[in-house]
Amino acid sequence: MNRTQAFALGLRSVMPLLVGVGPFGVIYGVVALQSGIPPLAAMAMSSIVFAGSAQLLLAQLVGAGAPLLLTAGAVGLVNLRHALYSASVAPILAHLPRRWKILLAYLLTDEAYAAAIPHLLGGNATRSPDAHWILFGSGLGLWAGWQVSTLAGVLIGTQLPANLGLDFALPLTFIAIVVPMINSRVLLAAAAAAGGMAVALAALPYKLGLFIAALAGLVVGAALTRKAK
Amino acid sequence: MNLWWLMLACGVITFAIRYSFIAAEGHYRPPTWFRRLLPFVPIAALTAIVAPELLLVQGEIMLGGGNHRLWAGLVAILVASLWRNTLLTIGSGFVALFVLQRI
Repeated sequence: MNRTQAFALGLRSVMPLLVGVGPFGVIYGVVALQSGIPPLAAMAMSSIVFAGSAQLLLAQLVGAGAPLLLTAGAVGLVNLRHALYSASVAPILAHLPRRWKILLAYLLTDEAYAAAIPHLLGGNATRSPDAHWILFGSGLGLWAGWQVSTLAGVLIGTQLPANLGLDFALPLTFIAIVVPMINSRVLLAAAAAAGGMAVALAALPYKLGLFIAALAGLVVGAALTRKAK
Repeated sequence: MNLWWLMLACGVITFAIRYSFIAAEGHYRPPTWFRRLLPFVPIAALTAIVAPELLLVQGEIMLGGGNHRLWAGLVAILVASLWRNTLLTIGSGFVALFVLQRI
């Protein structure tokens, strides 16, 4: 696979997720303005922070006049799960120059990671020196989609878009990515542990339940692998 | 002005989290148990995102017929396991949701 093909594959893989991200970006834009954040700052945040749930939380906390330290801490907690993605792709990016690592880390979101990872782990892509172009394609595609949708939200300004259910594209695409990856009992057990835990801990603030649930899935998977050997 | 500093701080924190292991790779020797966790990241993290979306309605577990997203999601899971096709999976989930909302 050459660079262009890898980039195109990443871009193509992230497209279904843009259907779900679009309405989310619009909602963020509207909430940011309602929280008293100027349009320019609301747009700049999509480049500077570039993290959907964290931006929404940030806008709400700014609107509520929360202390700055608490707000920054909350944003950090919400994004904690991205450390898992960082650990997951680190070996694949190990050979790259620093500028590539910085760029791909900046673009490393739930969606970009999800769209690229089956292609990065599957088959001979990991051995291809250009595999990182897949992650660049999905990352840049999501970045562009996020900028356009938050701009739409900032321009619409006052009213939230009608709920058309398009956000359902996110879990559906994740299902399309995860289900084919589950090809052993150990993987199924890891998924069940993570899913069950996420439901049980959903009430925890700052998406901490998500992070703990993912950790639970990792531990169950690794423990069962060891047992099977 | 404070807002811009806050945004910058949040941007730096977010980037630092995403860059952490990517930057450290090659500069430390991760223990074996740590390496053993990594293959499970995609499945564990993404399932943790999806499960509450399907099972919870306004924070409560809802298994009945009224939870359209759960049943549409199960249709998508079935289609994904049978055909392993992304667009078919997404399409079937949306069609199922559309039908369930109208019966």
